[in-house]
Amino acid sequence: MKKNVKRKESILSIREKKLAYSLILPTIILVLSIVIIPLLANFWISFKPISLGDLRPPKLIIKESVRSKLSPTNDFAKIHYRYRNSSLKYELNEVAFSDIIPKGITVTKIKSKHECKIEKNEIVCKLGKIKPKVFGKIILTITKNEFWNDDDNPESQKPKASYKSTNILTSLEFTFENFKKIFSASEFWDVLKVSIYYTFFGTAGALLIGLFTAQIVNKSFKGRPFIRGLLLFPYVSPVIAVAFSWVILFDPYSGIVNSLFIQMEIIEKPINFFGQKYTPINIFGYEFNFPLALSMVIIFEIWRYFPLSFLFILARIQSIPQDIYEAAEIDGATPLQQFYYLSIPFLIGIIAVLFLLRFIWTFNKFDDIFLLTGGNAGTRTLTVNVYEQAFAISNLGAGAAVAVVIFIFLLVFSVIFIKFSKKEAM
Amino acid sequence: MIWKYGVFCSILSGSVWGTFWQVILTILGILTTGLQLSLEIAPALFSGALIGFIYLIYQKKIQLKQHVIFVFTTTLLIYGLTLGDPYFGKDENVFVEFILVLITSSFIWISIYLSLKNISIGKLSRYQSEKFYIRLLWGLGLIILILITLIPFYIMIMTSLKNQQSLILNPLDLSLDFSNGFNNLFISYIELFKNYNFHIFLMNSFLVSIVTVLITLLFSIPGAYALARLKFPGKEWFSGSVILIYLIPSIVLVIPLYAVFSQLGLRNSLFGLIIVYPATTIPVALYMLRGYFSTLSSEIDDAAIMDGLSRLQIIYKIAMPLSKPAIVSVALYVFMIAWNEFLFAFMFLDDPNLFTLSRGIISLNSSEVPQQHLMAGAVIATIPIMMIFIYLEKFLISGLTTGSVKG
Repeated sequence: MKKNVKRKESILSIREKKLAYSLILPTIILVLSIVIIPLLANFWISFKPISLGDLRPPKLIIKESVRSKLSPTNDFAKIHYRYRNSSLKYELNEVAFSDIIPKGITVTKIKSKHECKIEKNEIVCKLGKIKPKVFGKIILTITKNEFWNDDDNPESQKPKASYKSTNILTSLEFTFENFKKIFSASEFWDVLKVSIYYTFFGTAGALLIGLFTAQIVNKSFKGRPFIRGLLLFPYVSPVIAVAFSWVILFDPYSGIVNSLFIQMEIIEKPINFFGQKYTPINIFGYEFNFPLALSMVIIFEIWRYFPLSFLFILARIQSIPQDIYEAAEIDGATPLQQFYYLSIPFLIGIIAVLFLLRFIWTFNKFDDIFLLTGGNAGTRTLTVNVYEQAFAISNLGAGAAVAVVIFIFLLVFSVIFIKFSKKEAM
Repeated sequence: MIWKYGVFCSILSGSVWGTFWQVILTILGILTTGLQLSLEIAPALFSGALIGFIYLIYQKKIQLKQHVIFVFTTTLLIYGLTLGDPYFGKDENVFVEFILVLITSSFIWISIYLSLKNISIGKLSRYQSEKFYIRLLWGLGLIILILITLIPFYIMIMTSLKNQQSLILNPLDLSLDFSNGFNNLFISYIELFKNYNFHIFLMNSFLVSIVTVLITLLFSIPGAYALARLKFPGKEWFSGSVILIYLIPSIVLVIPLYAVFSQLGLRNSLFGLIIVYPATTIPVALYMLRGYFSTLSSEIDDAAIMDGLSRLQIIYKIAMPLSKPAIVSVALYVFMIAWNEFLFAFMFLDDPNLFTLSRGIISLNSSEVPQQHLMAGAVIATIPIMMIFIYLEKFLISGLTTGSVKG
C-alpha cells in the first residue's frame, strides 16, 4: 500500500517535471538562439579577420555567349563560357559547372584547361579550385546533327554552377589582430574613460534628481497623480523623438537656446553644444577646458532616466510606515532631521541597488549618444565604438572585440550586483 | 542668525520668486508671442521683495479683494521701477506686455503668499525656519522639474507646426500662425504622410509591436507559471539566469545577429525584428509574471486539479483571469519597449517599405529634410505611446516599477 502511494507520487512528479519542461522549452529555445548563441558567436567573430563585405559569400559567375549562329547555311559555331570568382579574398573549392546542349547539336571540340566531358546531352566541367579574382574561359566547337532544327539555341538553357566556398563565419581561421588593434589604438583608453565618466555621472545624477523628485512628489498636493505621470514622459517617449528634439533645441544655428542666449546677450557667438569637445571656462582667473559635448550627453541621460529612479524611490518612500514620522513630529524633529534619521536609512538599500543596476544599464547605453552626437566631439563610449568599428569602418571583427570588452565589464558589474543584492534582498 | 528671522524670509522669498517668474515668463513670452523682449530681472526682484515684506507686515486674513490688490500693486511696482516700459522692447506691443506683466505679478504674488504661510516677523524656531526653506525649495523644485520635463516636448510640438521661412527668420518665434488655415498649420504632417510613407511606418510599428507583445505573452505566461508553481530540477538555476540574460545589452548581440541574419536573408525583414524583439522581452516578462503568479494562492490550483482540470486549463481558466492586471502591465511595458526600439530597427531595415517609425525618423535626419518634418515625425512616434500611457497609466507604472530596472 505504502509503496503504491509512493509510486503514484513519483509518477505525478515526473509528469509535473515533463510539463514544466515543455512549458519553458519554447522560451529556452528562443533565448538560446537569439541571445546566448549570438553572445558566443560574438566571441567567435572577435577572433576572426572579417569585414562587413565578407558577409556576401563568394560566388562563381558564368557568362555564356554563342559566336556565329548555327543556321541552315552555317554548320559550325562556338560557345564561349567565361567564369570568374566574384570574391577578391576567398577561393572557391570543388567548382563544377554543367550546361544542357540541345539535342540537335553535337559538340566536336572542347577547349579547356580543365577536365570536361559530355554526358548524354550535357557538358560537365570540373574546374576544381579557383583562386580569388581568377577568371577563365571554356570554348566548345559545335555542329548540327540530324535532329537539328531552327529552334535549337544553346543559350536557351543557363549554365549551372556548383561550388563550395569557405564561409568566413564558419571557417577555422583565427587571429588576434582585432584585439591587438583595439587595445593599441590610442583612442581606446579615451573611449574607456569617456564611458566611465558618462556612466558614473549619468547614473549618479539621475539618482540624485530622482531622490529629490521623489521627496517633492511625496508631499500630497492637488493634481499629484497627474504630475507624477507627467514626470515620466521623458522615459516613456521614444528615444529617437526626445533625442532629436534636444538636438534641435541646442542647435548652434537655429536652436532656441542659442538664439535666446544671444538675444539676452549672455553669449556673443552661438555654442555648438553637441559638437564641441571642449569649451574654455574661466573661474577666478583659473582657466580650464570643460568637456561640453560629454556634459550635454550626461545631462540628457539624467533628464531621460531620473523618472525611473524617482518612481522606484517614491514607491519605497510610500511603503515606509507613516506613524514613525508622526512620532518624530510630536517629538519635535525638524523636516531635515526626519529626512536624515528616518527616510535615508529606509532608502539606502534601494538607492544602492538602483545605482548598481542603472550603472550597468547606462554603461550599456548606445542609442542616446549615437543619436545626439554620433559619438563625435569626445563622446564616444565603448558601445558607440562597437558600431563605429563594425559598421562605420566595416571591421566586424574589431567591433565584436569591443563588444567582448563590454561583456567582460558587464560580468564584473553583475557579480558585484548579485553579491550585493543578495545582501540587500531586493 | 539672520536667516532665521521672518523679515529675512519674506524678503528672500519675494526676491527669489520675483526673479524666478520674471525669467520663466519672459522666455515663455518671447516664445509664444514672437516679440523681442529683453530680460529685466532687477525690477521684478525688487517688487517681489517689497511685496513679500508688505505682506508680512500686513498679517491679516487674505481674501479675494486683498489678492487682487496685491497683484495690482506688484504690477504697478514693476511698471514704476521700469519707468513704464517693462521689457525695453524693440517692437512694442503695449497690450501684450501689460498682460504678461499682469500674469507675472499674479504668479509672483501667489508664490509669495503660499510660501510665507505661518511666518511671523520675529525670530523663527528651527522647526519653522526649516519648514519655510523646504516649502520654498519644494515650490521652486516642482516648477523647475515640470518645466525641464516639458520643454523638449513643447519645442517638438511647436517646431512641427511652423514653416521653414518663419523658423529661419526668427527661431525664437514659436507662436502659431492660424491665418493660413488649418491645413497650413499641419503641413509637415500632411507632407510626411503624403510623400514620406509615414502611414506605412506607422503600420509597421504597430504590427511589430503588437506581434512582439503576443509572442512574449504566449511564451512567458506558461513559462512563468511553470517557474512559480511546478517543481522541477534546475528551476532555481533557470530563475536566476533569467535576470542575468536580461542584463545582456543589445549592442553585444547586434554584430552576430547582423552577420547571421544577413546570410539567412532575415536581415531586411520585419520577420527578423519579430523574432529578435520577443527574445529580448521574454526574460523581463517571465521575471515580472513569475513574481505575480507566486503571490496567488496555490490552493486554488490544488482544488482545480481535484476537479479534474489539467495544468494548461488551470493556466488558461484560473491563473490568467486572476492576474489580468499583471498581464496588462507586462503587455504595455513590452509594447513600449518594442515601439521605442531603435538599434535593431536601424541595423536591420534597409527597405523603406519595411521601416518602423524609429527607422523612418532616422531617415529624415538629413540636411535635405527641414527640421519641422523631423519634429513632426517625432510627434507621430510619441503620440501613440503617450495615449496609451495616459489612459493606462496605472498599469504602465506598475509594469515600470517591476520590470524597468532595464532601460
